[in-house]
Amino acid sequence: MTLASPSDFQASQQSSPDQGDPRGLQPEGWLRYLSFSLDHKVIGLQYMVCGFLFYFLGGALAGVIRTELASPISDFVSRETYNEVLTLHGTVMIFLWIVPVVNGAFGNYLIPFYVGARDMAFPRLNAVAFWLIPPAGILLISSYFIKGGAAQSGWTAYPPLSITTPALGQVIWILSVLLLGGSSIFGGINFIATILKLRRPGLKMMQLPMYCWAMLGTSILVVLSTPVLAGTLILLSFDIIAHTGFFNPALGGNVVVYQHLFWFYSHPAVYIMVLPAFGLVSEILPVHARKPLFGYTTMVYSILAIVVLGLVVWAHHMFTSGTPPWMRLFFTIATSFIAVPTGIKFFNWLATLWQGKIALNSAMLFSCAFIVNFVFGGITGVALAQVPFDIHVHDTYFVVGHFHYIVYGGTVFVIFGSIYHWYPKFTGRMLNEHLGRLHFLLTFIGFNLCFAPQHWLGLNGMPRRVAEYDPSFTTLNQVSSVGALLMAVSTMPFLINVVVSALRGEVAGDNPWKALTPEWLTSSPPPVENWIGEAPLVTHPYGYGTPADRLDLQVVTAEQIWNDRTP
Amino acid sequence: MTSLTSGTEEIAQISGDVAAAGSGHGGADHGGHADVRLFGLATFLVADGMTFAGFFAAYLTFRAVNPLPENSTYELELLLPSINTLLLVLSSFTFHRAGRGLLRGEGSACRRWLAITAALGLAFLAGQMVEYFHLPFGLTDNLFASTFYALTGFHGLHVTLGVICILIVWWQTRSAGRIKASAPFGLEAAELYWHFVDGIWLVLYGILYLL
Repeated sequence: MTLASPSDFQASQQSSPDQGDPRGLQPEGWLRYLSFSLDHKVIGLQYMVCGFLFYFLGGALAGVIRTELASPISDFVSRETYNEVLTLHGTVMIFLWIVPVVNGAFGNYLIPFYVGARDMAFPRLNAVAFWLIPPAGILLISSYFIKGGAAQSGWTAYPPLSITTPALGQVIWILSVLLLGGSSIFGGINFIATILKLRRPGLKMMQLPMYCWAMLGTSILVVLSTPVLAGTLILLSFDIIAHTGFFNPALGGNVVVYQHLFWFYSHPAVYIMVLPAFGLVSEILPVHARKPLFGYTTMVYSILAIVVLGLVVWAHHMFTSGTPPWMRLFFTIATSFIAVPTGIKFFNWLATLWQGKIALNSAMLFSCAFIVNFVFGGITGVALAQVPFDIHVHDTYFVVGHFHYIVYGGTVFVIFGSIYHWYPKFTGRMLNEHLGRLHFLLTFIGFNLCFAPQHWLGLNGMPRRVAEYDPSFTTLNQVSSVGALLMAVSTMPFLINVVVSALRGEVAGDNPWKALTPEWLTSSPPPVENWIGEAPLVTHPYGYGTPADRLDLQVVTAEQIWNDRTP
Repeated sequence: MTSLTSGTEEIAQISGDVAAAGSGHGGADHGGHADVRLFGLATFLVADGMTFAGFFAAYLTFRAVNPLPENSTYELELLLPSINTLLLVLSSFTFHRAGRGLLRGEGSACRRWLAITAALGLAFLAGQMVEYFHLPFGLTDNLFASTFYALTGFHGLHVTLGVICILIVWWQTRSAGRIKASAPFGLEAAELYWHFVDGIWLVLYGILYLL
């Protein structure tokens, strides 16, 4: 870490954008989190808190759905309201919770640390991207209260339903999603530039923590596919407002074209939601198993394969839309191929754990449960990729069960695990482990109770997006609703933990987990410029399991640890 | 470490340079790293290009799959759009000339070429409007009409934004302005955007008018 030239000194002294405010007008303390801060750490936590607020809103909407579905008749809310609730549930969860949190929250906080930079490449763009989210979210929620109500066509907004249901709510939905998509694209541009261009001198791509590769892959998908959704929704809005006929068969249009354009984004969207989770879990497992991440190179190539394949499988959402057999054949095969790189990652995580010195703390519990849940969701995904099976279960609760295993059992579990892992870094305090384990137990049981029965329901013919169903499905729906209730209850110990620990938690110190990635080689919380002095050069972020890793990591670099390892 | 203690004045000067360079927010050196703004703009243009790609895909699919109304064809008048194409391609060359003028320190030449580029852009827009007024179909007449107006309109919006950027750059290249040979990013960014808009038009012209 010697300073070889004045430009090195210059780099080490150069502060992050928020520092050096000579007029002293920047807000201090917690007010920073309500301001247009350019600091990636502040922005990351803004995304986090904002995302969680929308998570609770989306969860409340899910509560309405599961309460309605606890009985076979439509008796809790009106049918229109039920449609609005299910539409907003999906839209809020995807665009206001998952995408902002795994990309914007953890991405913005961690990526500059991992590449050895003081901040992201474009800090002002970063702040703009975040501040698009609260107004877009408020706009979306407000649509519930206007004449005609909120959009009712599901998060997929298929015409002709989206053109024939009350227009204002749908147009507000479109505008909100356009703003959120724009936010996502700005974030993607920032991540690509930061990861490719802002790496600390001496740090090579194949030395980066895996989360960087995951975010690079995700951001490529964001930049390539989100704009197609934007274009599609603009055309849809023309159909609604100007009565053009792009997707209106009565005016010469084609609803299937909408579906193709919509899913061209929305399939990569699921990888945008899950790839960052893959990256985060790849950071957590080595630390708490005290073992290097297994198969770094194949992990990288798997991410790249998922990015490429993820762009060419969209029509597996359209097997029952009159898609010609040759097209269905292509998409079945391509979709089945994606199981390969995903499976590689799954086995690499298992190998990372194998014979590790595993500490089953809350972070690790959620991460290990992710592996279990995700493989189950992945297997049902492979089943769904097969056309004959999909024809049977398309638009049934089987699909609902499948994607909740991926998105909740996968990504949300990783989000929780990541919070237990990084909360000490964000706040300087440890979360309470007892509450953490209670949170985990309630979440794991509630989640499985809620979504496992849905596979059986779908196989036996219960459709999606209905408030009424055949009475023979009642018992399993009630089991599912009890699971949902448990999931709601599980948020209590989590919330109490997060709030109380911030005030009274055990002081964490710089590196409570004795981890090796760069964010742990500075104070908790980190200083504005991320490190005092030069950014550390960590060329082996997974050098665990050596005698040296029990040393004080403030004075030993990962390079030295690697060099000291016993052969 | 001796290089530090013996070179305090040097370091003070470097810090001063750093402060000066970093004082313009959005300037190159806010984080001690290279200027990656053009790379960021290029990434954004990839995203913008994908929006157009979605529109093109929709258009081509409609053409392949949705039958035209009776007694109608896809043919459009070619004279005005072809002139427009020449104007836009020419404007890319004139913009490039302007950039060369800036880097050579020829401020007045740079501003002259910028003005010509803006004029060409405005001529393109005027030509587009003349064409719109003379077309026999409106926005909602049929699917082809809707797609035609959506595509050319979205592109025209980009041209309009581009002309505004050229005018801003023209203003900022005055002698007291912020764009100079040592800080050419504003012009380079606008130029890259303009070439992108030109490129999109070529694809659009090919698919809508020639196909």
